[in-house]
Amino acid sequence: MFRTAVRNVLAHKARLLMTVLAVMLGVAFVSGTLVFTSTLSDAQQKSSQKGFAGVDVAVQPHRSDAADAKPGAAPKLSRALLDQAGRVPGAAGATGTVEGFTAIADKSGKLVGNGFSSRGRNYFPGPDGKDARFPMTSGTAPKGAGQVALDSGTAEKTGYKVGDTVRLSVDGPVREAKVSGVFTTEDGAVAAGGSLALFDTATAQQLFHMPGGFSEIDVKAAPGTSQDALKSAVDKVLPDTAEAVTGKKLADDQAEMIAKSMDSMKTGLLVFAGIALFVGIFIIANTFTMLVAQRTKELALMRAVGASRRQVTRSVLIEAFVVGAVAAVTGLLAGIGIGAGLRALTGALGTVPDGPLVVAPSTVVASLVVGIVVTVLAAWLPGRRAAKIPPVAAMNSVHAAATTKSLVVRNAIGAVLAAAGIACVLGATAVGSDQGKALMSLGAGLLLIGVFVLTPLLSRPLIAAAAPVLRAFGISGKLARQNAVRNPRRTAATASALMIGLTLVTGLTVIAGSVQKGVDKMATDALKADYVVGMANRGPLSPDVAKTLAADPEVTASSPLRNAPARIGGETEYLTGVDGKAIGELTNLKFTAGSFDGLGDPKANRAVVDSGTAKQHGWQVGSSFATTFEDGKKGRLTVSGIYEGNEMLRGIMLDTSVLAPHQKHPTDMQVMVKTKDGATDAAKDSLVETLGKNPAITVQDKKDVSEDIARMINLMLNMLYGLLAMAVIVAVLGVVNTLAMSVFERQQEIGMLRAIGLDRAGIKRMVRLESLVIALFGGVLGIGLGVFFGWAAGELIGASLDTYELVLPWGRMGIFLALAAVVGMLAALWPARRAAKLNMLAAIKAE
Amino acid sequence: MTTTHTGVPTATRATVAARATDLTKVYGQGETQVVALDQVSVEFRQAEFTAIMGPSGSGKSTLMHCMAGLDAVSRGSALIGDTELNGLKDKHLTRLRRDKIGFIFQAFNLLPTLTALENITLPMDIAGRKPDREWLDRVVQTVGLSGRLKHRPSQLSGGQQQRVAVARALASRPEIIFADEPTGNLDSRSGAEVLGFLRNSVRELGQTVVMVTHDPVAAAYADRVVFLADGRIVDDMRDPTADRVLERMKGFDARGRVS
Repeated sequence: MFRTAVRNVLAHKARLLMTVLAVMLGVAFVSGTLVFTSTLSDAQQKSSQKGFAGVDVAVQPHRSDAADAKPGAAPKLSRALLDQAGRVPGAAGATGTVEGFTAIADKSGKLVGNGFSSRGRNYFPGPDGKDARFPMTSGTAPKGAGQVALDSGTAEKTGYKVGDTVRLSVDGPVREAKVSGVFTTEDGAVAAGGSLALFDTATAQQLFHMPGGFSEIDVKAAPGTSQDALKSAVDKVLPDTAEAVTGKKLADDQAEMIAKSMDSMKTGLLVFAGIALFVGIFIIANTFTMLVAQRTKELALMRAVGASRRQVTRSVLIEAFVVGAVAAVTGLLAGIGIGAGLRALTGALGTVPDGPLVVAPSTVVASLVVGIVVTVLAAWLPGRRAAKIPPVAAMNSVHAAATTKSLVVRNAIGAVLAAAGIACVLGATAVGSDQGKALMSLGAGLLLIGVFVLTPLLSRPLIAAAAPVLRAFGISGKLARQNAVRNPRRTAATASALMIGLTLVTGLTVIAGSVQKGVDKMATDALKADYVVGMANRGPLSPDVAKTLAADPEVTASSPLRNAPARIGGETEYLTGVDGKAIGELTNLKFTAGSFDGLGDPKANRAVVDSGTAKQHGWQVGSSFATTFEDGKKGRLTVSGIYEGNEMLRGIMLDTSVLAPHQKHPTDMQVMVKTKDGATDAAKDSLVETLGKNPAITVQDKKDVSEDIARMINLMLNMLYGLLAMAVIVAVLGVVNTLAMSVFERQQEIGMLRAIGLDRAGIKRMVRLESLVIALFGGVLGIGLGVFFGWAAGELIGASLDTYELVLPWGRMGIFLALAAVVGMLAALWPARRAAKLNMLAAIKAE
Repeated sequence: MTTTHTGVPTATRATVAARATDLTKVYGQGETQVVALDQVSVEFRQAEFTAIMGPSGSGKSTLMHCMAGLDAVSRGSALIGDTELNGLKDKHLTRLRRDKIGFIFQAFNLLPTLTALENITLPMDIAGRKPDREWLDRVVQTVGLSGRLKHRPSQLSGGQQQRVAVARALASRPEIIFADEPTGNLDSRSGAEVLGFLRNSVRELGQTVVMVTHDPVAAAYADRVVFLADGRIVDDMRDPTADRVLERMKGFDARGRVS
């Protein structure tokens, strides 16, 4: 049996090539994902381990949740503690770290890097006067407030050299410093393309609001002292507000975190690989069904000469196994290539540390198993069908007519599934929010399967609808339409492959577009301010910025959004300090009770809260509540208004003057600004000028805000499109496969058509139009389903995003349909050529 | 009736529908070269029913394929009306087949997706021509398909299917119809029916028919039988009967089939 199966594989090389390709693409995606993620996490782990190499025990501030503790940020670690920790038995010295956001401007004044990995820290010289973590390649370590050292990557990118003056900013105001030196570092974030600026310890402590203190103390062990022994020694000298961790644990935690973040990425990518494989299943099943149909006589002969049903099934499955194995191996190799390619790509973008390509044994096993199992599973049904061929079929001289078994049972099942699916989805939209999600997923799954099952039924009316267009192509169009509905099962399987991809693409596009519109509307509707000023890294902003802006004669109203931790009813909550007098002019909040009136009165201790918070605490206008400010002092606030919060503005708002006495280093999240002339380029330039062309600060008008959102959503969509392209490519293979089979089966007809006078162009047109019709059928189904899912998911999202509204991206949907048409045309290229080149005489010869 | 169809050339040619002159067809090259037709010269007259006979491998099918523009000619000339086929490009050959030649195949070769009527008008549909209603009715009546025009091939018997094929060949009034073993897949009664229609189309409609067959009974329906052996014409018989044809064929069998 095995020999027969292998012979069959070899006899149908071209036919099986498509199947191999389809499986191979899926497997390549799987193994590529696995190789890429394991390579990446290996590199990151190694780099993070290097970063912890010099740390034996780290002392970190420990936030106390005791009720009498001050709310908010953890306390700093003192210099005294550092000295103490460095002197415990077994310690060889201690290093203190202070760090924070530091934006560096390049020579044209623009921010270096993306803002999120722009950091600064202190240079902590050891007994020898050098900091071993940051060896200087040129110049000297920074000394005093006017000096800074840059990492070599940043120095290279910007062209700064020792002695140059650099503009930088930590929390808002621009500072200038002279480059004292350039250093190299093993720091992971820097290896990944971030920038790092070094100050001397006193300057760093000043800049990062930790005068005389540190955010971390690293203790080095003396030779012969283990990390654990050192940790217990250090533990003895620590106050409640600090804790000691061994370097090994830090490295392990980091490794675990990296693995976790890699896991979610891996899962995401594998989902798309799964989709590609799922689509591949249709093609494999299709191929084997047709191979079995073509071999009816041969298989019947085997049955006639004594092969059992099981042997026949097995021969088909062995054939599938061989195909799957070949596909899995080539797919694995291609996947390793893809992994290496992705690695090189991300490497070139400079966002990951270097490292060797990692092909884990589990990757190899997973790829092979997936490829083989998928293929054998997909061939299962055709294999069983092969076994049902009666031995007498071998005697029939008439070649097997396409069996048009009744679709009644299939249609009934499909209708039930689809109806149940629609009911679930509609039910979910009615229920809304969290409970709805599970119901919605269930419904979507049922509907999708239901439509799959119903596709043969749907093919007739939908393809008939294309008849008027096809009529324009004369007899070729007529024949194409009839050929497309001739074998509804096959047409359905082919179209389904395309349908899945387009359902996902359309659904995601509808959701993304609608969310974007909703978020956009929320962002712009809630604001009356012309500009929002913030830090490039969305980090804290110095209150000086708000002051500077308030003093600008162009500015008619401005208010900071100042963050202040507080303890209310035993929970830490964040208060938002605003300019109580100006805030009414800058926002557009709907009040359900009360208003902003009187919020600006510093003596009144008033606050406005969003309806959610009010409900949670049972507050009404006039209620007053106790709060513990961040300096530990207690106070009472009175609710003077309740507004409807949104994603941008929510929580407890009060005048900054109420907060001022309790804040030593106040910081703002954003400053909202209204200018005399409204949002114009000139006004924006003037604001940027006022702020000293600061690299760390962004000035955004409403359009910038919505463009920011749009960019983010588009980036995500484009990534998804790229991944789903896989499913589409597999679908193309499916259409090619189906057409090639159809052409093969209809050789005689095509030969006759040629004989009685249809020219080659006409034959080609016939095959192409059939392909086009099938592809568009899949496209229409997919886009229709996608819109439905998009709408349904939107109903759920709408429950938590008030401004959500359904946006149908007609333009993009048109593009998707055109894409389906292109798929059809491309897929038909080869089969159409083959059909046109068919040897007429061979084709019309009676068998 | 014999001069009613369109495109009839000059009076002198009027009697010849197709003509082969020194027609040679060679397959393969060098060592493996096989001469299928060796300088065959033959004329097929209008409104005449000609049968081509010969043992397997005699070249009878090849002759038909070359004359019908289905296969390329190696040397010599093949004329349909006054159109020389040798050297014609595929595009022109296709058009010629479409407009001037009708085909009947052994395996019926109907399109299963089309109804009987659609199959009959297929050549006209391909050409984008409207069928001549009156003529079509007459053809349909002649082959006795009036009640079954809406049926699909799968709903028709073998004999009925072949009658559809005959009607298809007749419907576009070609200058000549080539039939390749038209009764090969039929039982003797259905076969006799189909042959009767072919003879009637010649007698009553003035059609020219050339039929390849190996069945002496089928050949007896023809006005004339041309015998081929080893790629050459070896005999030409007028008003054949089955017995005479059978007798003649026996002579070939005795000599054996060397080729």
